[in-house]
Amino acid sequence: MIGAIRKVFRYGFEWIERPLDRLFGPALNPVAQLGALGFFFFWIVAVSGIYLFIFFDTGIERAYESVENLTQYHWYHAGVMRSLHRYASDLMVVMLVTHMLREFAYDHYRGTRWYSWFTGVPIIWLLYTSGITGYWLVWDKLAQYVALVSSELLDWLPIFGEPIARNFVATGTLTSRFFTLMVFMHVAVPLFLLFAMWIHILRISRPKMNPPRTLAILTLVALVAVALWNPAVSQGHVDLSRAPVAVGLDWFYLPLYPLTDLWGNGAVWAFLGAFSLMIGLMPWLPPLRRARPAAVDLAHCNGCARCAEDCPYEAIRMVRRTDELPFPTEAQVNPSLCVSCGICVGSCPSSTPFRRSAELKTGIDLPDYSLRSLRERTIETAATLAGPARILVLACEHGGGAGHLTGVVPLPCVAMAPPSLIDYVLSRKLADGVVVAGCAESACFHRLGVAWTEQRFAGARDPYLRARVPRDRLKTIWASALETGRFERELAGFAKQVAAISAAPAPAPPPQPATSARWPASARMPEGSVP
Amino acid sequence: MIASVRLVGQFAVILLLFSAVAAFANRPVYRQVPEGSAIIVLTFVHGADRKAECRRLSAEEIAKLPPNMRKLQDCPRGRRPIYVELDLSGRELFRATLPPTGIAGDGHSRVYRRFVVPAGQYEIAARMRDTPRTEGFDHQRKETVTLVSDQMFVVDFRAESGGFVFR
Repeated sequence: MIGAIRKVFRYGFEWIERPLDRLFGPALNPVAQLGALGFFFFWIVAVSGIYLFIFFDTGIERAYESVENLTQYHWYHAGVMRSLHRYASDLMVVMLVTHMLREFAYDHYRGTRWYSWFTGVPIIWLLYTSGITGYWLVWDKLAQYVALVSSELLDWLPIFGEPIARNFVATGTLTSRFFTLMVFMHVAVPLFLLFAMWIHILRISRPKMNPPRTLAILTLVALVAVALWNPAVSQGHVDLSRAPVAVGLDWFYLPLYPLTDLWGNGAVWAFLGAFSLMIGLMPWLPPLRRARPAAVDLAHCNGCARCAEDCPYEAIRMVRRTDELPFPTEAQVNPSLCVSCGICVGSCPSSTPFRRSAELKTGIDLPDYSLRSLRERTIETAATLAGPARILVLACEHGGGAGHLTGVVPLPCVAMAPPSLIDYVLSRKLADGVVVAGCAESACFHRLGVAWTEQRFAGARDPYLRARVPRDRLKTIWASALETGRFERELAGFAKQVAAISAAPAPAPPPQPATSARWPASARMPEGSVP
Repeated sequence: MIASVRLVGQFAVILLLFSAVAAFANRPVYRQVPEGSAIIVLTFVHGADRKAECRRLSAEEIAKLPPNMRKLQDCPRGRRPIYVELDLSGRELFRATLPPTGIAGDGHSRVYRRFVVPAGQYEIAARMRDTPRTEGFDHQRKETVTLVSDQMFVVDFRAESGGFVFR
């Protein structure tokens, strides 16, 4: 049931994300930067809030006037800041909800990722509390409505001696001390929110806390443009003798407030409790079944730390050496954080299928899908290939290539395949071409698999793909599981290209050692080939 | 050129999204009560008498107490519940027995209830019993008021002001 819902959401996100990928490019796609944009909006809210506080008067009589003053007479700086404060707060809610739905859609919340999901629940509460306390400070009709409904909600809980709502039904019952308290809450709760956001990303390796510069600039300029076009304004001074019967609600922060009239306060609390409980327990409904975690083989580990560098889950750390080998450190896997993605196997310099030892071993390996079994499977699969262009597909099990029927070696992540495996396949003529097929570039299931693969192929990250590997016989296809059509088209195009290269007369062998490239180096690199 | 067109496209998409967010930031307007209605709020915090009077302990009872907890009187903490009625032009609007708050039942009784009524003229009557009596009322007030649209009319009780307060 949950799987079916997840699939529907995934289709929805794919439908939005892939066109955005084409417009923005995978690196700038805002849907792939939701967390980073959330942080960005937080800082906009924080800076604009500090600026507004300079002009804000916390006195009960002067609060509304001070806000009106900055909105009407200082609109070109403080008024714009007010709008930025307001709309960036709303956008934080949009980012939070979309981020949560996307992580659910892509199944990024179970297994070791439970921590980030679970610590996201308090963020929802803190963000809403921050926003709602902010609305009280304006002390307009909306503030009166928010104050009344919020206090009636709180009064439903049997923890207050005197109904708080009594303060908002008649004039003369409120003092400026109330505003001091609200200002304190509106400052303190966002600080807790920031702390919770830090906790939220604690276990993530290389978390995206800042959006790319171009996206940040576009976002800020658009926000200023909206602030000028539709400035945030107050809704008239509070009159406690009149009920705030008609108010322009902020539907991002206050969607549940009308429900208190329809359902009653108890039902709204029940809904909030049940929602929080359900969201909090989702990582275990049902729990993710995981393969056994990666294991270090000290005899083959020289403590180079590449696996620790590349692990997207902070599951590997370098510790003092425990054997007699002359290296200062060794890799140590934290089994509770390891998801068995195999990226560490692909990063290990010992992971080379060329090794001639009786049993192929490497410094760090997956017990359930070892490098040896990967090599065997590659050889077996390559043996089944036929035709003018024998194309072997090294496919991520989460991407569009995993569904291809023939010539596929599935991997937990494409970055599990060490670059030397491609060299091995091509130099041993096991296949005429190799396709490395991963997830969509902006939606890598293991976050960094696509990036690491591209960097290794480009010679920008260890272990490099050797220069002798003919790039025109290697292609990367980054397609999501729902883009099988595009995957098949690109694969067919690549097969044609490889067939043409193979059919071309071989040039005279260059005066090179036997390990040099077996295909003409002068061949043009087709579109989509790796550099 | 293509890069600039692409940049404009990117900006347009972001601007469109933000404009939608700004539009929903205070629209559509939500109307809490129907037009032409007023709200009557019954709210007070008031402590009834203690359930029983203080009783002087006998010498034997005092002797039985631990030395550091000896006292001359035993004063039960618990308060009585409060019975309250609110009528609107002879029509029963609210009847309740309000228990004292607190784990030991020694806190004040409290109430906060909203009633949405059509604007117009009404006779509002509030009555309260906060003593052991079972008949009649200790506090009551009746008044004819004209409620205008959107008015918030509060029925409060303040012992220091002599009873019910209408405002």
